[in-house]
Amino acid sequence: MIASRADWLLALPVLVPLIACALSAALRGRARAQRLVTGSAAAVMLLAAGALVAEVVRRGVIATQMGDWAAPFGITLVADLFSSAMVAITALIYAVTAVQAHADPGVRAEEGLWHPLLAALVLGVAGAFLAGDLFNLYVWFEVMLIASFGLLVLGGGRAQLDAAVKYAVLNLVATTVFLIAVGLAYGLTGTLNLADMARRMPEVPNQGAAAAVAFLLLAAFGAKAAVFPLFFWLPASYHTAAAPVAAIFAGLLTKVGVYAMIRAVTLVFPAGQDWMAPLLWAVAAGTMVVGALGAAAHWDIRRILSFLIISQIGYMIVGLAIATPLAIAGAVLSIVHHIIVKANLFLVAGAIRRAGGSFSLAQMGGLWRRDPWLGILFAVPALSHAGLPPLSGFWAKFLVVKAGFEAGWYVLAGVALATGILTLYSMLRIWIEAFWKEPPEGAAIVALAGRERWLVLGPVAALALVTLGIGLWAEPFAAFALAAGEQLAGRDAYIAAVLGARP
Amino acid sequence: METLLALLFGLLLAAACYMLLARSLPRVILGLMLLGNAANLSIIAAGRVAGTAPPLVERGAQALAAGGSNPLPQALVLTAIVISFALTAFVMVLAWATWRAEGTLDPETLRRAEPPALPSTDKEAAAEAEARP
Amino acid sequence: MLDSLILRASARYVLWACVALSVFVLLRGHNEPGGGFIGGLIGALGFVFHALARGPPATRRVLRLDPLAWGGIGLLLAAGSGLPALLLHAEPLLTHQWMEGLPIGTAIPFDIGVYLVVLGFALAFVLPFLGEDAA
Repeated sequence: MIASRADWLLALPVLVPLIACALSAALRGRARAQRLVTGSAAAVMLLAAGALVAEVVRRGVIATQMGDWAAPFGITLVADLFSSAMVAITALIYAVTAVQAHADPGVRAEEGLWHPLLAALVLGVAGAFLAGDLFNLYVWFEVMLIASFGLLVLGGGRAQLDAAVKYAVLNLVATTVFLIAVGLAYGLTGTLNLADMARRMPEVPNQGAAAAVAFLLLAAFGAKAAVFPLFFWLPASYHTAAAPVAAIFAGLLTKVGVYAMIRAVTLVFPAGQDWMAPLLWAVAAGTMVVGALGAAAHWDIRRILSFLIISQIGYMIVGLAIATPLAIAGAVLSIVHHIIVKANLFLVAGAIRRAGGSFSLAQMGGLWRRDPWLGILFAVPALSHAGLPPLSGFWAKFLVVKAGFEAGWYVLAGVALATGILTLYSMLRIWIEAFWKEPPEGAAIVALAGRERWLVLGPVAALALVTLGIGLWAEPFAAFALAAGEQLAGRDAYIAAVLGARP
Repeated sequence: METLLALLFGLLLAAACYMLLARSLPRVILGLMLLGNAANLSIIAAGRVAGTAPPLVERGAQALAAGGSNPLPQALVLTAIVISFALTAFVMVLAWATWRAEGTLDPETLRRAEPPALPSTDKEAAAEAEARP
Repeated sequence: MLDSLILRASARYVLWACVALSVFVLLRGHNEPGGGFIGGLIGALGFVFHALARGPPATRRVLRLDPLAWGGIGLLLAAGSGLPALLLHAEPLLTHQWMEGLPIGTAIPFDIGVYLVVLGFALAFVLPFLGEDAA
């Protein structure tokens, strides 16, 4: 029997970056060939991910068993609306990062390593989104982690070494906790397949142990997602990486943690333990507030943006805490919106540094007069990030807050709204300092021109257009998010797709 | 057997936590290695130690005979060992590079990415802290 | 780089002994304990010894290709060995197809791929840290 369409669609998002990683490693030293590999891999992956989304929209959840080992014994790849959308966004970010990296001197100096590592990172992220069992999720996390170690120290500055030490140690502890949780979950249910585990977890006699597994999983994924109080590795490391690296980290890595949290909670622990909702409540509120306050206290653009990542993760956790289909839809839309906007903001930060000579707000100014396009391209994601209509962030926040009010979580919804104001404050501060203020004495003036300008601003503009698109044509995206929320909350379609029609 | 493994797991975990809290990077790395081994033990224990015979299904039989060991946890642990081996190697090299660059392995004094003066309400002070080499 | 006559003189023999042993372990892994991972590590050990004795540039000359490139080739080989199973649904067997009488399946290219991945990536990782390395 020949492989079916669904098999290919599920395998390609993993296969393409894998082959790109292998090819670009084999071609080390030939930068042109490597660029060609990365460029075509990103294009193929975008097409494949688009086809995957279309197939999932048409047919519902699809699954394939690798090597024909039947679930729950074999390795399963599954895509529902949520994960297929995440794969599509991953491909998009892969493409724009690959383009902008051409113009980054730090990356160009290390191109032989950059291409394979970037492909390996995308491989890990795409694999994690499609993985149908807990242990494979762990393996994809590790693939992602080791690639991110390599990318973080790319360029080898001393601050990067310091950052990498903290990043590596804290993330290793988190993945080991994840591994312990995997072992315990296997001991309790006798399976690693998520769909199978979802059926068996409620029947486990020792519900206390099940609660421990749930807590360990939440802690491990929470550390990956940089939620309060496990976020300390993020502001310690992201600002040191090269600009395209920081963009792809900021866009994708923490969101894989959030994805895993949402998947685990909605699929395996849907009834929830009674401690789970208050815990998620506190985590969500703490994450939003601490992130926004941290951002307000810093003066380096990338540090501000790093803290705002944390703050935005809070919105996604709000959706998970409320856990109605509408709230989960809000979380899904938040993730999609946030990946695009945050990657975009880090790319703009790179462009601002090229134009203004610094990342520090104190040492630059007057960018609006010199380059209004840069200002517009900063304003779109920045305002979207703060949740102003009619941009994508508004709809994401709207869904989450609406779900909060409907479910009677008034305080949490209020905290979410207040955080939006703090976010706006930080964005306005960047705007006033970098774009409006007179430049201080001796500020470097660098004009971005020609091909380089296109390479730097082209991807930024593309992502800004996506943000605008989601904001102005919100209807299909909101409908998609609502359908994804229903699917996640319903979970029967997922289990049926993986395990077949068996009872 | 599981009880023994569980006790050993607890012991390793406690030792790992103690080492992870040390103010010295090599000790932290040792802690990470102990933590990884504790995780592997937990997987073995969670998979139940039913026997030690090789898990080979006899010809014609439908299931594994009694006394066979559970192969799945072993496969998982093998994977986990390989992964933690690679990651530990990376962290060790990282520590070595840090030592060469900074001359110290005390995490408290490694403040290059996060200077002690940050965060700050004063723009100029923050800029100075960030600009230090 | 340690400057010792014994080390330098023995480096070549140790290297080839290690490589021979690693290939033996790699092929043995088909039916007995062994395999690509452990074989790759043994091989990498030989090259690291060579690099310690004679310096990384000499080792790179022996390797001919960049270690990372060897790893990439291995990854391609290992990934390629999964393609038959993806293209054709067959018996659920990782080795996909066995020739009549001969135990040859896709496990062999996979294991050779793993061998090259481990050897290549380990060396790509270690060589820059062994003394002054121009490449």
